[in-house]
Amino acid sequence: MSVTDVAVQEAGQRTRTERIVNDFAIQVATVNGSGSQTANLVLLRSIFQMGVPVGGKNMFPSNIAGLPTWYTIRASHKGYIGRKKEIDFLVAMNPETAKEDVLTLAPGAAALYDEPLKLNELRNDVVFYPVPFDKLMQPITHDAKLRRLVRNMVYDGVLSKLLSIDMGQMEKALRKQMGKKQKAIDLNMSALKAGYDFAEANLPKRDPFVIEPMNKTQGMILIEGNAAAAIGCMMAGVTFVGWYPITPSSSLCESLIDYLKKYRKDPETGKNTYAVIQAEDELAALGMVLGAGWVGARSMTSSAGPGISLMSEFTGLGYYAEIPAVIFDVQRCGPSTGLPTRTGQQDILSTAMLSHGDTKHPLLLPASVSECYTMAMDAFDLAEQMQTPVFVMSDLDLGMNTWMAQPFDYPTKPITRGKLLDAEALTRVGEFARYRDVDGDGIPYRTIPGDGMPSYFTRGSGHNEKAQYSERAEDYSKNLDRLARKFETARTLVPKPDVELQATANVGIIAYGTTHWAIVESRDQLSHEAQLTTSYLRLKAYPFTPEVFEFIDTCDRVYVVEQNRDSQMLSLLRMECSPAQIAKLRAVPHYAGLPLDGRSVTTELLRQERA
Amino acid sequence: MSTPTQPAPGKKVNRIGLEPIAYRGSKTTLCAGCGHNAITERIIDAFFEMGVDPTSVVKLSGIGCSSKSPAYFLNQSHGFNSVHGRMPSVATGAVVSNRKMIAIGVSGDGDTGAIGIGQFVHLMRRNLPIIYIIEDNGCYGLTKGQFSPTADLGSTLKTGVINDLPPIDTCTLAIELGASFVARSFSGDPKQLKAILKASLSHRGTCMIDVLSPCVTFNDHDGSTKSYSYAKDHEEPLADLSFVPFFEDINIDYDPGTTTAVTLRNGSKILLNKLAEDYNPTDKHRALSLLRETASRNEFATGILYIEPDKQDFIDLLGLVDEPLASLDMSRVRPGKAALDEIMESFR
Repeated sequence: MSVTDVAVQEAGQRTRTERIVNDFAIQVATVNGSGSQTANLVLLRSIFQMGVPVGGKNMFPSNIAGLPTWYTIRASHKGYIGRKKEIDFLVAMNPETAKEDVLTLAPGAAALYDEPLKLNELRNDVVFYPVPFDKLMQPITHDAKLRRLVRNMVYDGVLSKLLSIDMGQMEKALRKQMGKKQKAIDLNMSALKAGYDFAEANLPKRDPFVIEPMNKTQGMILIEGNAAAAIGCMMAGVTFVGWYPITPSSSLCESLIDYLKKYRKDPETGKNTYAVIQAEDELAALGMVLGAGWVGARSMTSSAGPGISLMSEFTGLGYYAEIPAVIFDVQRCGPSTGLPTRTGQQDILSTAMLSHGDTKHPLLLPASVSECYTMAMDAFDLAEQMQTPVFVMSDLDLGMNTWMAQPFDYPTKPITRGKLLDAEALTRVGEFARYRDVDGDGIPYRTIPGDGMPSYFTRGSGHNEKAQYSERAEDYSKNLDRLARKFETARTLVPKPDVELQATANVGIIAYGTTHWAIVESRDQLSHEAQLTTSYLRLKAYPFTPEVFEFIDTCDRVYVVEQNRDSQMLSLLRMECSPAQIAKLRAVPHYAGLPLDGRSVTTELLRQERA
Repeated sequence: MSTPTQPAPGKKVNRIGLEPIAYRGSKTTLCAGCGHNAITERIIDAFFEMGVDPTSVVKLSGIGCSSKSPAYFLNQSHGFNSVHGRMPSVATGAVVSNRKMIAIGVSGDGDTGAIGIGQFVHLMRRNLPIIYIIEDNGCYGLTKGQFSPTADLGSTLKTGVINDLPPIDTCTLAIELGASFVARSFSGDPKQLKAILKASLSHRGTCMIDVLSPCVTFNDHDGSTKSYSYAKDHEEPLADLSFVPFFEDINIDYDPGTTTAVTLRNGSKILLNKLAEDYNPTDKHRALSLLRETASRNEFATGILYIEPDKQDFIDLLGLVDEPLASLDMSRVRPGKAALDEIMESFR
């Protein structure tokens, strides 16, 4: 029996009398631009406020208005916040997709829909709840535009009743979402109540799904990864931002701008202790960042695949001229324009080696919003310590979706500026040579304009250790060898992986970034459903640290799970593994544009185990 | 190093006590007779005569023959030979992050007009404080003489190939886009070029200086409109230009009927003894029509074409603190715990 069969059987086994508490996924299907985001976030937040672990994922089109959007809210008492493949409760608001949305539901699911769509005629193994939205909205406002915007609050009201989500929490969440706009709050509250009252009077509960209060979210926050990264950048002491808008990265710099405006004005003069420039393109964005890094600013940019491709040439310059820069890649689906609003981990290989010639770059791999925050700070320090561009490989799922987290800790480590030459260091090193390996770690000393230290001539062309133009073979290879040595030093500076070794396990899993959340769930499934115990290593950075190779050595087989077609991280591993280690590596690729779910990992891993 | 040393007695020194040698760079590796070398010499002269501290200068360039030249002047300044056509962005990041630095960028006609036109356009829009020099020879020297976008229609290569596309006029573009100091000169006109460079050192904002600079190896033949002889025959200076720096306290007598004086922000003066009748360098529309009119006669107008001494520059626009952003210490750039607590509270 395959695992897929297990899944189907599980769903089919549901009886109408059982109660499924705090363990299901709600999907709201709407049209983008219809103002559903408020209703969805209120729903998410209400469940969160009830102490139930939640995750919200927006699957939206590359469009401003009129195309289908799905928002999925998963409640999980076990704390699984990755995507759940099966939808348990559908809210079908989009006439265009309603039929397909209903037909893809598993038997036993529930569907709330706009009455005129008559979805109940489609099948008889789903619980249907028709709601006359237009009729319910009529008494609330005559303004057609407002009616359209608050209409979605009606389904929140209905769900409040059907799923036992506390109305008080709904109101609290609405107030949080709306701020001080009392008129808007009142209007939305009327719609919410209209939905609740309608459900109470007309919709007897016929599905098993229920939210019950827990205490698993106390003190926690709900935040998007891009906002978390922005906070990290500000706390890292960013002084220069050059950026160009691109989905799904824009909100990182936009959040950062908001925070900088509020918290980074000089208290005495009111002037800015930072500069943000919206560049003419991504090439210019990174060019500015390198210019800023060259003179000593803590500088950064943020982009996504197409922009990162454009930054290729400048990244090579940053590597070769040895200029610190922090670059966020909030990954989306490629190739080319690809699926701009869908998630993936498809830029790993190209970014690790971005640019022509022999180049390689450190990558940090955040899996959570907390790591978006901490790794932003790590990245600035690492970029200055290493004097090189450092990439933070986030993705759309992490960057744009709402995640639970513990509040972020205030940084205890002071800012690290790396080997900036000062009078004391100059005495020690004797003579300044910009690219001389004084300390044997491949990292030279640098000076910056205006620091009173000796100057040098920065260039992307061949140079000797004194930064003079040179085409001599010896100068060239010596410099390239030193750069390789510097990259070895990076192994000692990047965050080490999280390793969970199970003594009885022969099978290991390696994953990184948001894939982690699917692995957490899949490992439980493997253990409970197939009695397969696994060890797990979560990568936090490239270059790989020794722990990675030690982990592979302890396993018989290692599944590298990642969200791309070509097993890109596995390819990077292969470049450094011994033949014996390479023989152990197996690929579990996922490339659908949707966040990876635990079930898909379990299914594929077991298929390979049993093959 | 930044501290001017006491010069030996009898040596020629400038107002900060430095000798001309302090403004020199490495030996040029460009062709003998290259116009770019003459421009390098004028840069050295201008920075020396203005008494600019070389350690307060950053010099930047893109790629090409012209872009090699920052290595040939101001050895004590930090230099950055970046990538092809993209020096403007690097300069923008550098200047914004250290507002105390004087920036000079050297580009070529291919580096600016072709691969770098996008960044050039946006640099002009921003009015970033920088002296941006185009060493303009109408061809790609380093790749052996292909036409560049500033080559004139009908101009020929040595091989006889005729340029069949119209040129981009970088000065017209710069004026249209917002540069606040736009000039054109000729590497063979040392007096005018030096005066323009000295004036540019007193201006705050983008100084775009297009300097016709013949390529002796690939574009100095009959049939070329960027040759020494063609340039000499077709240069049309708009004024007899002289520059009086703020630190030279001299009484200047001039006839307001024939001479226009422009006072710069630091008190320096540009004196323009007008040769062209309708020349007024502070009038944007006139500057543009003058450029078009001279071009239509196959002449090229030289001098300071347009100047807007008081235009807000990019640094002012960004509202930056007075100190360089790059040297702010942690207490200035990491908000306190209360800020983080407040932010966290907003996500609860």
